[in-house]
Amino acid sequence: MRKVLLPSLIIIATSLLVMRIFYLQIVDDTLKLKSENNAIKKKYEYPERGYMYDRKGKLLVANQASYDIMVIPREVKKTDTLEFCQLLKITKEDFIKKIEKAKVYSPRLPSVFLSQLNKSEFAAFQEKIRKYEGFYFQKRSLRDYEVDFGANIFGFITQVNEKLVAKNPYYNSGDLIGRQGVEESYEDLLRGVKGVKYIQKDKYNREIGSYKDGKYDTIAVQGEDINLTIDAEIQKYGEELMINKRGGIVAIEPSTGEILALVTAPSYDPGILVGRQRSKNYTELYRDSIAKPLYDRGLLAEYPPGSPFKILTGLVALQEGVIDANTTVFCNRGFSYARGRFMGCHCHGGALQLHRGIFESCNSYFATAYMKTINKYSKPAQAVDIWSKHMKSFGLGQFMGYDLPTGKKGNVPDSKTYKRIYPNGGWRSTTIVSNSIGQGEVLMTPIQLANMMATIANEGHYYTPHIIKKIEGHKIDEKFTTKHVTTIDKKHFKPIISGLFDVYNLGTARSLRVEGIDICGKTGTAENFAKIGGVRVKMEDHSIFVAFAPKDNPKIAIAVMVENGGYGATIAGPIASLMIEKYLRQKITRVDLEKRILATSLQSRYAKLGGLSEAVKLQLRISDSLLKKKTTIPTVKVKTDTTKSNKQAI
Amino acid sequence: MKNQSITNNIDWISIIIYASLVILGWLNIYSSSLSSMENTHEKQLIFIILTIPLIFIVLSVDGKFYEKYASIIFGISLLTLAGLFLFGKTIAGQRCWYAIGSFTIQPSEFAKAATALALAKYLSDTQINLKEVNRQIQALAIILLPVILILPQPDPGSALIYSVFIIVLYREGLPSWYVWTGFITILLFVLTLVLEPQYVILIALATLILVHFKSRLADRNIVLSTILFAIISGFVLSVNYVFENVFKQHHRDRFNILLGKTVDLKGIGYNTNQSEIAIGSGGWFGKGFLEGTQTKGGFVPEQHTDYIFTTVGEEWGFVGSLLVIALFSGLFLRIIYLAERQKTKFSRVYGYCVAGILFTHFFVNIAMVVGIFPTIGVPLPFFSYGGSGLWGFTILLFIFIKMDANKVNEW
Repeated sequence: MRKVLLPSLIIIATSLLVMRIFYLQIVDDTLKLKSENNAIKKKYEYPERGYMYDRKGKLLVANQASYDIMVIPREVKKTDTLEFCQLLKITKEDFIKKIEKAKVYSPRLPSVFLSQLNKSEFAAFQEKIRKYEGFYFQKRSLRDYEVDFGANIFGFITQVNEKLVAKNPYYNSGDLIGRQGVEESYEDLLRGVKGVKYIQKDKYNREIGSYKDGKYDTIAVQGEDINLTIDAEIQKYGEELMINKRGGIVAIEPSTGEILALVTAPSYDPGILVGRQRSKNYTELYRDSIAKPLYDRGLLAEYPPGSPFKILTGLVALQEGVIDANTTVFCNRGFSYARGRFMGCHCHGGALQLHRGIFESCNSYFATAYMKTINKYSKPAQAVDIWSKHMKSFGLGQFMGYDLPTGKKGNVPDSKTYKRIYPNGGWRSTTIVSNSIGQGEVLMTPIQLANMMATIANEGHYYTPHIIKKIEGHKIDEKFTTKHVTTIDKKHFKPIISGLFDVYNLGTARSLRVEGIDICGKTGTAENFAKIGGVRVKMEDHSIFVAFAPKDNPKIAIAVMVENGGYGATIAGPIASLMIEKYLRQKITRVDLEKRILATSLQSRYAKLGGLSEAVKLQLRISDSLLKKKTTIPTVKVKTDTTKSNKQAI
Repeated sequence: MKNQSITNNIDWISIIIYASLVILGWLNIYSSSLSSMENTHEKQLIFIILTIPLIFIVLSVDGKFYEKYASIIFGISLLTLAGLFLFGKTIAGQRCWYAIGSFTIQPSEFAKAATALALAKYLSDTQINLKEVNRQIQALAIILLPVILILPQPDPGSALIYSVFIIVLYREGLPSWYVWTGFITILLFVLTLVLEPQYVILIALATLILVHFKSRLADRNIVLSTILFAIISGFVLSVNYVFENVFKQHHRDRFNILLGKTVDLKGIGYNTNQSEIAIGSGGWFGKGFLEGTQTKGGFVPEQHTDYIFTTVGEEWGFVGSLLVIALFSGLFLRIIYLAERQKTKFSRVYGYCVAGILFTHFFVNIAMVVGIFPTIGVPLPFFSYGGSGLWGFTILLFIFIKMDANKVNEW
C-alpha cells in the first residue's frame, strides 16, 4: 500500500493536467480567438472606388484624397498648441476636448483627431506635421462629384452600420459603404475588394513585422468604373426645370429600357455629403420630413395616374374586342353611370370615336369602354382579374426589377382587392368605373408611367428600366436585355398612338408643340388632399404629363409629375416637351416657355404644408459644397450659374 | 571489476528521457527568446554544455561517497542557505542568489539534493522505526531545517517542494495519519475558500456522524469524534482569519483569481490569462516551431522561466504537450521503479526523494501555467531557463543514476 501512493499521485495528477490542457486547447474555442485578437492585427488597404460616367462617357463621380489627422495621446509632447490650432483652424478648447476624448478611448492607440480634411485644408498642416509628436495622418479616398446634380441617382457613401458589420463579414467597423442610388445597388462592383495585411504584434501592441512573411496577405482589387444610362445634359436640365417645384421626371429610351433621366425635386448637391460638414448636412436633409429631399419621387411617389391611364383603358377595350376605332360614344359633358352618379368631363361633348376620345381626354368615352370590358364577362370578378392581368403586363402593380435600391409597387386592383373592400360582394362595373380614368384604386409611380409610354412607343413591349449602361469587363444583367411583351396585340397600338399624336396637334397640349418633332403625349391631373392642422384639405391637383417622341422611331419616353402643379398642360406638359426638345435637339427654341417654367415657383403652395422653405434648402446646397467653392454665390440663381461654369469645364 | 567504465550499468532509459527533456526545453527557450532582446537561448546552451562535465563528475565519484558524506553535504548546503542572509544578492525582491561577477547561483536549487541525501542517510543509518515519535521529529527536523532558511528569502515555491518528503517518509513507515491530516488540511483549506466556512463545518459534522455510526460499535469513541470536530471547526474558522489577516494581498489575489472571484485580466490576473490564451490557441497540433504568435509577441511574462510550458502548448499543441507530459511522468515512474529495485535503503529513499522532488516541481509548475494552481515561482525541471536549476536537477538525478548503476557492485 505504501509503495502505491506516489505512483498513484503521479498518474492522477498527470491525468488532471492532460484533461485541463485538453480543455484549454481543444474544447475552449474562445482562447484561440483571443490569441488572434491580441497578437495579430489585420491592416486593410482600401482600393479606390470605381468612377461613374454618364451614357456619353462624361465623368460624373470620381474620388478625391482626404486626410484624417490621427493622434496617439501618450506620445503627444508639449508643443506650440496655438500654432497647431491655427493650422487646423480649431480652437484651443476643441484641441483639449479632442485630446481628452482620444485619451478616454486609449492613451496608447491611435484615434481620429480630425477627420476628412481636404487637400487644401491639409496642405498647410502637412509641412509641419513632423513637429508635432504623437500626430500623424491617414489618407482616405472620398467621393468627388464632378457635377452638382444627380444626388438621388448616385446615392452617397457613409460608414457602415454595426448591424451590417455583424451580418456581412466583408465589412469592418468604420468601413465605408454606398447607400441609396447606384452606390448602393452596385456597391460590390464599385467598392472593389480591400486588401489585408496580417501584422504580428507584441504585448505593447507594437507591430513587430508581418505575420508568417505575408503568406495570408492579399492585395486590394480596384473598384470597377461604370457607365450609367443617364444623359448628364437632360438630367441637369430636368433638375433645373424642377427648381422651386416638387415632383419627379423619369425619361426612358424605349428601344432599350435605359433610364435617360431620373429627376426628383427638391434635390441637393451631392457634394454636400462629403467632408467635414457631411453629418450635419445629412441630418438636415433627413429631418426635412415635408419636402423630403432624400425621397426619390421618380421611384417612390405613388399617385393615381389620372388621364394618362385612359390609354391603357382604351388598349384593353380594343384587345377584348368590346370597342373598335369607330365605336361611337355620345358625351353629354359627362357620364352618368348609375342613378345619381355622374362623372364630369372636360371634352367638347357630342359624339366621339376613340381618336377624339384620346386627344380630348373624354371621360365618358373611356368610362363606357371600361364598363363594356368589365360587362363582357358574366362575373365582374373574372373581368377585373383579366383586366388586371393586362395592366400588369405593362409592369404596373409590381416592383419592376430596375437596378436602384428603392421603389414602390403602385397598385392595380383585382378581384381580391374588391373582395376586401366589399366583403359582402355586390360590386359591379359601375362601382369600380373610376379605374377607367386612372382614379379609383389605381396607383402608379412616375417610373411606371414612363415605362408605360415606352411600351406604347414600342407598340407592345418593353425592357426593364435600368440605370447601368456598361461595366468594364462585365456584362450587364440579362434581365435588362430581355423583352417583356404585353398582352395587347401590336395592331391595337396604332389608333392609340395617332390619338396621342393629336393631343399635341388638336388636343390638350396644342400649345406645347415643338416645330419639327412629332410628339405623342397625354396630360393628366391627380386630385390630392393634405392634412393641415388635422383637417383634410383639398390641395391643388398634381400636374402629370406623359409623352414619347418622335412618333416614328421613338427615342425618348417621359413621365413628368409636379406636385400641386395644377392642370397637366400648365407645368408638367411644358417640362416634358422641353426635356424632349433638349434631348433630341440639344437646344431649346422656345426660350420664352423655358424662361416661364424656370421662373415658376410653387413654394407658396408648398408653404401651406409647412417645413423648411426651399430657399433654405438652396442655401444648403450652395454654401456647404466644399468642392466647387460656390460659397460666394448666395443667390437663388446659383443653379444656372454653375451650369455655365460647368459648361466651360466640359 | 574495478576498472569498469562509468557508463557501465547506468539506466539509459532515464538518461534518454532526461536528454530529450533538456533538448526540448532548449528549443522552447530559443523560441521564446526571439521576442526579447536577451540572448537567453545562448546562455542556456552554455549551461547545457556545462552539464556534460558535471554529469561525468557525478558519475565518476565512488558510489559510496554520497552515503558517506551525506551529512557533510547537507551541512554545507545549509550553510550556503544561511549565508544568503549575509552575502545574498536580491533579485526581484528575493534574496536567493550569490553573485560572482555577472554570474549568479541559487543555493536552494542544490539544497533539495542535499536534503534528499541527508534524509536517505538518516533513514538508512540505524534500524529506525518511524512509528516512534522521536524518530518522526528528527526526520521532520531534517526537512524543516532548509525550509526555515528558504521561506524568509522569500521563496515559498522552493519551500513548498519540501512537502513531498512527507510522502517519502510515509513510504518508509510514517503513520498514515500524517498523510491523511495533510490531505484533509488541504481539502478543508480549498473548501473553505470556495464555500462559506459554516457550510464546510456542516459537511465535516455530517461526515463525522456518518463515520461514527458506520464504524463498528467497539470503535465508537464519542470523545475522539468530538475533539476531531472541534479541531476541524477551529481550523476552518482560522483559515478565513489567516486568509484575510496573515496572507498578503498578492497571495489573496492569486487564490481569488484561481477561484474566479476576481477578474482582473490587465493586472494581477494577466499572467494566468495570457498563459491560458497562449496554450489554448495551440489547438491539436500547435502553430509550429517559432510560429507562436503569443510567444513572438512576448505576451506571457517570464515565459522562458516559469512559463516555458506555454511555448510548448502554443507551438506544439495538444500533441506536443502530451508528449512532454508523457516524458516527465515516464521519468518519474521509471525512477520509482528503479528505487524499489535498490538493494540498500539509502539509495531507495534517495530515489524516492528524486522522483518526489521532480514530480512536485512538474505538477506545481504546469498546474500553475494552465490555471489550476495559484501563481507561485516553481521552475519546470530541465525545461525552465536557468543554470542553477538545470544543474541542481541534473545533480539530483545523476546521483541516483550512479547509485543505481552501483548496486551491482554492492555485494
